Amino acid sequence: MNLDLTFFNWAVVSSFLLKGLYFSVFLTVVATLGGIFFGTLLALMRLSGKKWLDVPAAIYVNGMRSIPLVMVILWFFLLVPNIIGRPIGPEYSAVITFVAFEAAYFSEIMRAGIQSIPRGQVFAGMAVGMTYSQNMKLVILPQAFRNMLPVLLTQTIILFQDTSLVYAIGAYDLFKGFDTAGKNFGRPEEAYLAAAVVYFVLCYSLSWLVKRLHKKIAIIR
Amino acid sequence: MGKWDWQVFLEDPGGKIPTYWQWLVSAWGWTVSVSLCSLVVALVLGSLVGVIRTLPDSPWLVRFGNAWVELFRNVPLLVQIFLWYHVVPKMFPVMAGLPPFILVVFALGFFTSARIAEQLRSGIQALPKGQRYAGMAVGFTTPQYYRYVILPMAYRIIIPPLTSESMNIFKNSSVAFAVSIPEMIQFAMQAGEETSRVTEMYMAVTVLYVISAMVINRIMAWVEKRVRVPGFVVAGTGGGGH
Repeated sequence: MNLDLTFFNWAVVSSFLLKGLYFSVFLTVVATLGGIFFGTLLALMRLSGKKWLDVPAAIYVNGMRSIPLVMVILWFFLLVPNIIGRPIGPEYSAVITFVAFEAAYFSEIMRAGIQSIPRGQVFAGMAVGMTYSQNMKLVILPQAFRNMLPVLLTQTIILFQDTSLVYAIGAYDLFKGFDTAGKNFGRPEEAYLAAAVVYFVLCYSLSWLVKRLHKKIAIIR
Repeated sequence: MGKWDWQVFLEDPGGKIPTYWQWLVSAWGWTVSVSLCSLVVALVLGSLVGVIRTLPDSPWLVRFGNAWVELFRNVPLLVQIFLWYHVVPKMFPVMAGLPPFILVVFALGFFTSARIAEQLRSGIQALPKGQRYAGMAVGFTTPQYYRYVILPMAYRIIIPPLTSESMNIFKNSSVAFAVSIPEMIQFAMQAGEETSRVTEMYMAVTVLYVISAMVINRIMAWVEKRVRVPGFVVAGTGGGGH
């Protein structure tokens, strides 16, 4: 097979790929921030010790984690327009799906993070007269975030790779950009190879950065 | 959404398969066979790569193992499946005649092998160094002390992450829909389209995924109990992944 990569000129990059890259990055950032926010809430519900908070959160988290992401993407694309009562584009649907789906995974990370804080910290907070929410906000969560930062970022890299699955509902992400360019120019093989290289370079550099960060911020006890 | 209509599963899709529910069973069969075959490939390759990453005094083998893990971990599964399906048969004429099933099994197997290799490496490195030296001291060769001392303990340590990896492989097999493997996602999309009963089709497929995940979880819990070494407690590993 002869590879011909000459069709990857600036016009192709700017008209096919940048739009997709922009959406992939946007989706990753929104899903990470939203997922960590809702994931932390879910983790707090599961650790609250109150059954009526713990059980629904556990069902949600374990349910999401036992279904393939592609299936969840399809479900939301089917259900969200029914719930809000008007049609919705695949891109918006993807954003809602990823926040809801990633919240389940981030909640498990945050739960492990909160549990990694020694009990003495909780008691110390109570001893100086802090309320539950003050204790969480000022003592426990900051340490849990710090301990879990490398894991949270690694999950973000996995999340960035998973954004390619919006292929199932035809949303226009980075992979779709390569796919479309390859099909338009009759060079799908080169396009898929180039896609693999670009994803590899992005994810490898990110995970290298996470490793360096991990060394830098590790709390010395 | 209207009312449920579960009788849609008794209708005839108009093909080789007489009813939708039989088509669903066949799709589940594809999901199971893609997953199990990939799991075998992943366990074999992952074990090899995981072991060579911990070999003493072989820096090039260790580098090769590390490169393997980075390569297969940093490219999305969907892209890897497209590469195996569209690019590999064209680049290597030997592979040109292979059925799509085999190509997808390789894609999912190689992808998962990187994760298993990483788990096995950390499992081996979690063992006290003394175990290795003890093996050497009684005169075992390197393959021998891996076989009789290190690996039996390392595999036991990594049963919890292997459990979630086996469940992941089932979920990840869904990505094969993109290259027309007639597994459950492909079924859900096509049957939903044909019958306009999308909710019912999605529900059936979702329930089958959840049941499959629970069955694997039970099997692995049984394995863990069977192979447990009395008095040897393994700390669980938490974390993310899909």
